[in-house]
Amino acid sequence: MTLDPDPSGPASLLGHARRGFTGTVQALKGDNALSSLSASELESRLIELGFVEGARVEVLHEGLIGRDPIAVRVENLTVAVRRREAMAVVVI
Amino acid sequence: MEAPLYNIVLVGTPNCGKTSLFNALTGSRQKVANYPGVTVERKQGFLVTPRGRQVSLIDLPGTYSLRGRSPDEEITRDVVLGRATGETLPDLVLCVADATNLRLAIRLVLELKHTGRPMVLALNMFDIAKRRGVTVDVPALSAALGIPVVTSVAVRKGGVGDLLALIDSTAALDAPPAGSNDWRPHSVAELRATQREADRIIGAAVSLPARPDTWTARVDAVVLHPVFGLVILALILFVMFQAVFAWAQPVMELIAGGFEALGQWVQATLPAGLLQSFIQNGVISGVGSVIVFLPQIITIFLFILLLEDFGYMARAAFLMDRIMGGAGLHGRAFIPLLSSFACAIPGIMATRVIDNRRDRLTTILIAPLMTCSARIPVYTLIISAFIPAKQVWGWINLQGLVMFGLYAVGIASAMGVSFLVKFFMWRDHAPAPFMLELPDYKLPRLKSIALGVYTRAMMFLQRAGTTIFAMMVLIWFLASFPQPPAGATDPGIDYSLAAIIGRFIEPLLAPVGFNWQIAVALIPGMAAREVAVAALGTVYSIEGGKEAAEQIGQMLATKWSLATALSFLAWYVFAPQCASTLAVIKRETGGWRWMWITFFYMLAMAYAASLITYNIARGLGAG
Ligand SMILES: Nc1nc2c(ncn2[C@@H]2O[C@H](COP(=O)(O)OP(=O)(O)OP(=O)(O)O)[C@@H](O)[C@H]2O)c(=O)[nH]1
Ligand SMILES: [Mg+2]
Repeated sequence: MTLDPDPSGPASLLGHARRGFTGTVQALKGDNALSSLSASELESRLIELGFVEGARVEVLHEGLIGRDPIAVRVENLTVAVRRREAMAVVVI
Repeated sequence: MEAPLYNIVLVGTPNCGKTSLFNALTGSRQKVANYPGVTVERKQGFLVTPRGRQVSLIDLPGTYSLRGRSPDEEITRDVVLGRATGETLPDLVLCVADATNLRLAIRLVLELKHTGRPMVLALNMFDIAKRRGVTVDVPALSAALGIPVVTSVAVRKGGVGDLLALIDSTAALDAPPAGSNDWRPHSVAELRATQREADRIIGAAVSLPARPDTWTARVDAVVLHPVFGLVILALILFVMFQAVFAWAQPVMELIAGGFEALGQWVQATLPAGLLQSFIQNGVISGVGSVIVFLPQIITIFLFILLLEDFGYMARAAFLMDRIMGGAGLHGRAFIPLLSSFACAIPGIMATRVIDNRRDRLTTILIAPLMTCSARIPVYTLIISAFIPAKQVWGWINLQGLVMFGLYAVGIASAMGVSFLVKFFMWRDHAPAPFMLELPDYKLPRLKSIALGVYTRAMMFLQRAGTTIFAMMVLIWFLASFPQPPAGATDPGIDYSLAAIIGRFIEPLLAPVGFNWQIAVALIPGMAAREVAVAALGTVYSIEGGKEAAEQIGQMLATKWSLATALSFLAWYVFAPQCASTLAVIKRETGGWRWMWITFFYMLAMAYAASLITYNIARGLGAG
């Protein structure tokens, strides 16, 4: 996927991030995720868990099978999400 | 004139301590645990404020917004908006926030302001916030939000004093100005905007410590390790089932000894006849044989309560997510399923947190397959009678190992059923998302654990005194009447109704190796699983005559073949022998359909499993 060039580094998807990744949420793109939820519902839920633009995120843990799900620190809260849904979070 | 009842509802994000506050304010004992989604029902309690105002307080399921995405969140929405039938609009919305984690809570407060109800905010868990160095400028926060704000510590004596004072002063305001309700589900843009606004308010009023809770991070580094995490989870479960045998057995033998002595005393004191038979065979051998299992029940509850309070449940859900995903479930379902180890009923209720209806139904369908505590008496009785108490590999108790095996079979078959259901009925649906907050660990509090165990123990005893006792009276009556004709040579019970009924069903159950005594025990056993143990106790003790004081286990060991015993165990892994579970399934799914589906699929599996077990065991020479 293509994104606006950004001076602070290339943007990537939280769904691809490995353990130890730290970054900031740049955008939510519900269409990116092959989730069973609609794009807007997925974005709503992510926002309700604190994933808004500018929030600091860190991938703390990964599951065993397919490194899925991931435990993500969003500011001062830890949430577990599947990579499938985390694809909707664009991070830099 | 007395002031009218003041209606307050508790609203807040999951796991922020609403129920703890509810218990502290009303003196109730509702379930509290350290994972999101504990409360799934509306609960009402009452209190009188220091100034003497009568208050009705309603505890609600936690929610991140009023959108109502799952059945539990809908309850919260409907109560707050006064939509529920028979519900009036609350006089005061008491918002609760976890002071260590304000972002989502403040966003919810901003959303709730749209409902136009009078509101106050309690910054709960303020003890933890303080310890971590979080400082909150309460007046500034209150000014920014436009509502009164107090701090509270729900779990400490005197930790809700400020809150009570605030309730008093709010209640004293004559006819609080209720604004207009312009709430509607927020769009993505509005959600984003309110979260931004919340972050701005927090930035101005709250200063956070540089480092997060390092204790939780350190424990998680081990517990959520991809490999060791799963090993630890398996180990925890294994120790739990070993403990049921190893720790509880001595106490259990003590109680059993007590009942045995009591039985002999009754036999020696009371004149032989119906009264003696009723007390000795019906009450002591029947109900007593179930009460003996109290230590086991307490052990399993102790483990589950400790895990829940520590904060491990959400981690278990994380670890199990993909494994459960293979069976078509999501990790969130693991928490209801783990609760079902205690009892399927709260487990089935807990599925309300699952928003996807298909996932929820699948979870409900398989929850009764998880080995609930009512199966413990059945399993323990048979295992201690037929499996030698050997040590294998030096430290593992063989009986505990078999117990673990039975639990494992329960879990595996639940996964299998779920897989088949998904595969055949709902194949084309993408998996539902798994998003779960992982709360910080908290040291389990002795008082709440003790109270939890005590409550469960009392519930068990109460059941023994009511359902099980009633069934025992029935079984004793069936096994005692009609009395044998004078001069009969066969044991008296052979002439009884129980024998007639049992022999009538026996042909149906003969292929799985059940005799008529088992057949007749299974009927009252529909009321609850432990009843079967009690019923066998009564039937064999009436039949046994002189050796009636003997323990039921030893009796079975002489009367049943090993194949029959194993077949009986297999039956109980699957059989839908619990009327309350079926009733809850009907209520939670809103109809008969899923109840009957559950009943018949479990019955079919029970029969098949017993048939296979019996024939294999006989084939191996255990017949
Ligand atoms: N230290 C401390 N712990 C608290 C406080 N209030 C609640 N807890 C703990 O926080 C956890 C969650 O409490 P609950 O009362 O179950 O939370 P809830 O908001 O009812 O949660 P849900 O019903 O899942 O929405 C439990 O482990 C409580 O013991 C507090 O003021 N201080
Ligand atoms: Mg609660």
